[in-house]
Amino acid sequence: MIDSTSLMTVYPEIVLLVMACVIALVDLLVTSPKRTVTYVLSLVSLGGVALLHAFYADSGHTLYGFGRLVVSDPMGHWLKCFATIAVMVTLVYARPYAADRDMLRGGEIFSLSVFALLGMSVMISGQNFLVLYLGLELLTLSSYALVALRRDNAQATEAAMKYFVLGAMASGFLLYGMSMLYGATGSLDLATVFKVIASGQVKHQVLVFGLVFVVSGLAFKLGVVPFHMWVPDVYQGAPTAATLMIAGAPKLAAFAITIRLLVEGLLPMAIDWQQMLALLAIASLLVGNLAAIAQTNLKRMLAYSTIAQMGFVLIGLMSGVVSGNAAMGANAYSSAMFYVIAYVLTTLATFGIILLLARQGFESEEITDLAGLNNRSPLYAGVMAICMFSLAGIPPMVGFYAKLSVLQALVASGQTADIALAVFAVTMSLIGAFYYLRVVKVMYFDEAVTATTVTADTDVRIVLSLNGLLVLVLGIVPGALMSLCARSVTQMLAN
Amino acid sequence: MGMLSLAIWTPIAFGIVLLALGRDEQAQSVRWLSLVGAIVSFLVTLPLYAGFKLDTAEMQFVEKASWIERFNVNYHLGVDGISLWLIILTAFINVVVIIAGWEVITRKVNQYMAAFLILSGLMIGVFSALDGLLFYVFFEATLIPMYLIIGIWGGPNKIYAAFKFFLYTLLGSLLTLIALIFLYIQSGGSFDIATWHELPLSATAQNFLFFAFFAAFAVKVPMWPVHTWLPDVHVEAPTGGSAVLAAIMLKLGAYGFLRFSMPIAPDAAQEWGSFMIVLSLVAVIYVGLVAMMQQDMKKLVAYSSVAHMGFVTLGFFIFNPLGVSGGLVQMIAHGFVSAGMFLSIGVLYDRVHSREIASYGGVVNTMPKFAAFALLFAMANCGLPGTAGFVGEWMVILGAVKFDFVVGLLAASALIFGAAYTLWMFKRVYLGPVTNDDVKELTDINAREFTVMALLAIAVLYMGLYPKPFTDVMEVSVANLLEHVAVSKLP
Repeated sequence: MIDSTSLMTVYPEIVLLVMACVIALVDLLVTSPKRTVTYVLSLVSLGGVALLHAFYADSGHTLYGFGRLVVSDPMGHWLKCFATIAVMVTLVYARPYAADRDMLRGGEIFSLSVFALLGMSVMISGQNFLVLYLGLELLTLSSYALVALRRDNAQATEAAMKYFVLGAMASGFLLYGMSMLYGATGSLDLATVFKVIASGQVKHQVLVFGLVFVVSGLAFKLGVVPFHMWVPDVYQGAPTAATLMIAGAPKLAAFAITIRLLVEGLLPMAIDWQQMLALLAIASLLVGNLAAIAQTNLKRMLAYSTIAQMGFVLIGLMSGVVSGNAAMGANAYSSAMFYVIAYVLTTLATFGIILLLARQGFESEEITDLAGLNNRSPLYAGVMAICMFSLAGIPPMVGFYAKLSVLQALVASGQTADIALAVFAVTMSLIGAFYYLRVVKVMYFDEAVTATTVTADTDVRIVLSLNGLLVLVLGIVPGALMSLCARSVTQMLAN
Repeated sequence: MGMLSLAIWTPIAFGIVLLALGRDEQAQSVRWLSLVGAIVSFLVTLPLYAGFKLDTAEMQFVEKASWIERFNVNYHLGVDGISLWLIILTAFINVVVIIAGWEVITRKVNQYMAAFLILSGLMIGVFSALDGLLFYVFFEATLIPMYLIIGIWGGPNKIYAAFKFFLYTLLGSLLTLIALIFLYIQSGGSFDIATWHELPLSATAQNFLFFAFFAAFAVKVPMWPVHTWLPDVHVEAPTGGSAVLAAIMLKLGAYGFLRFSMPIAPDAAQEWGSFMIVLSLVAVIYVGLVAMMQQDMKKLVAYSSVAHMGFVTLGFFIFNPLGVSGGLVQMIAHGFVSAGMFLSIGVLYDRVHSREIASYGGVVNTMPKFAAFALLFAMANCGLPGTAGFVGEWMVILGAVKFDFVVGLLAASALIFGAAYTLWMFKRVYLGPVTNDDVKELTDINAREFTVMALLAIAVLYMGLYPKPFTDVMEVSVANLLEHVAVSKLP
């Protein structure tokens, strides 16, 4: 069964796996306290993998490997490419922070991150219930370990426990749902499941039963209300480097697994999951935005803001099918994809700033810790302000176009209820604007409590500036990325 | 690069350079660079007037390029008689404001100057955008620099004011965003404003659109009863911020009515015309009375701005050429006059650090040159013939009388209130004996302040004595707009 086409489809993943092992081995010989060799080796390997993905995605082929266990399509490769870059950026931001906190005694942070990325890649390209589940487990198990990496810190350990218990439960939900669907349809293969359900010969009740568990499991992973409890605690408790590892790249994978399961596998049940997603979206927008207002801890506030942002992603995902007709699919799913990419890009820079401001023995995770940042460093204050305006959806930042495309997909359905939901969503984003603006206020309007200048290594400085600039530049010329999302989703749906 | 792109991006480019290179240690060179930037940005708008063809209502200096292919959004710019003077006004006020902030601002000078330059570019973008989404992007983006201007360089209660400004206006414009998306879908995938003008729409859709646009533009103008943010914001904003806010930002809303509400939903606009007229009259009369009772000079001028903008919206919604042109002229005149009023208050504030009318009295004795300018602006504010303030108000009142005698009568009565609150303030601040030690020690305006005042005074007098260049430009476009609005778009 292992033929060359199959190997082709997972070539980047093979490279990733080999390099993860090589990094772990090489690290044994590294003695420098900042693990420079391991770090450079990780970045180089990831850079290579990202290039491979971009190359595959650009070729535009859709190939199935290992008897349709995995797929190699442009959407998957673009998502994997962005996830790889996101992990690279995360490592750049995380290294000085980790070094200050005794997290670089071994190079686990690098090998675990690469393993997590491998898990994401498998999630993104899986075409089979079990493959998707395996990818998810690889990702989450690595993430648990990353959160627990700061072993002697009580808060981090507590966060790791919470994350593990709730995450395991979510995985259980997902697996249970999958087993129901397998029982009903007799297949683990997404395309077969699709066909069997579409034929209408399977009892609807059993399917819906399975679907509820699948959606709950996905909602856990995306962190949407009412399955959001772990998000604020883990974001706040985990070492910020690990928080970024959870908050950044994995959102791309969570989006992909949702698309693979709900659209590629369960599209004939869209009427059912649409309603679930709508409720989850409304609850997330409401709870996420309102709870974020009350936060004084920046990481916790960003956690609630993530919950609200994921609500928007769900809105994009649910607008693809209008009264049983999936003609609007490409439009809606590509808006959601654009939203996730824009979100990850912005989140990276936001946490990058938090990591940068943290020093030995000082976490800089309260909102007030940013006070007067504009006086201390106009550049980083500017980057953070751009991110906040982007998350609030103010043009000309990329976050505005993300909201625009999702709302456009929603209004395009032409249903009165959907327009009402759009009005609700913008009202909630107005509330959201308040707490994002408060961060800008603290940086620009308040007096600094400390006069220490902000210092950063060259690599962090360059990547962070580029990251912030990209949030602005993609807002001024968003066309290319939007078309890229639209093209790749259209191709995914066509196959 | 077209003339309009140049007008938009020149100030923004200077702003970015200032942000990147400016340091507080080199404040002086930062100031000069921003002045050069502002003047160059102003000069590049002049060819727009020189090359403007008066005999056509078509868009001129049109530029069009694909911007976001996926949503069929174009980078589409153009001017007509409605927007031309607003663009030039924006660039002019920018020069004035940069000079006015010269040595007043000592903290983060480069950011201050850059904020104004970028803001001016964005506002020119609003006035020249012919694509709905491009308009919205510029319209919303103006919030960011203004928020920072108020919050960083504002008065004691600046944070409250900055948030109120941002959230109040954002609430309105988010509803407009849904209206824009709705139009995009109704028109089969186009953000082109001209296409929307021709699009037939049902009565329900038109009513929805009219009120969605109303939410954004009425807040921005601001119309009674959503004007309450303006006095709070004006009081706390730095002088330059107040001047730009009153002179230009309020016009973004009024311009929106002409470009969106009226031509896109003409039937709804006609149907709700009397509603708009009533709101405008309330603004003119009631807010005029409120202005009279203010103890704070900036608050007084802020309320007076609301009343004057009431004239503008009144002129628009009586649907005759005199009214609409009058409203437009009033917008430009108010731009010069309100900037003059706010900068005069700024001159006093820089010296005494009080905005209370009661802290002054007899300023004319110590600052004769300044008092002369202040008198001119005060007179223009109450609409004295021969000043800019007169032309627009007179045209609107004339139009209103034609439309309905009672409306005309009520509008005209506002001239009395205008004169009352302005002159009473002038009397209490400038005239009479000097009773206050602060006033005794005042020094008259220096050459820089004189330049600022003189630039505005020339504009006020020129427009008052020879308004032809202004009205000529508008005539054809206004006639064309009204012709369009008179035709029903119901399917």
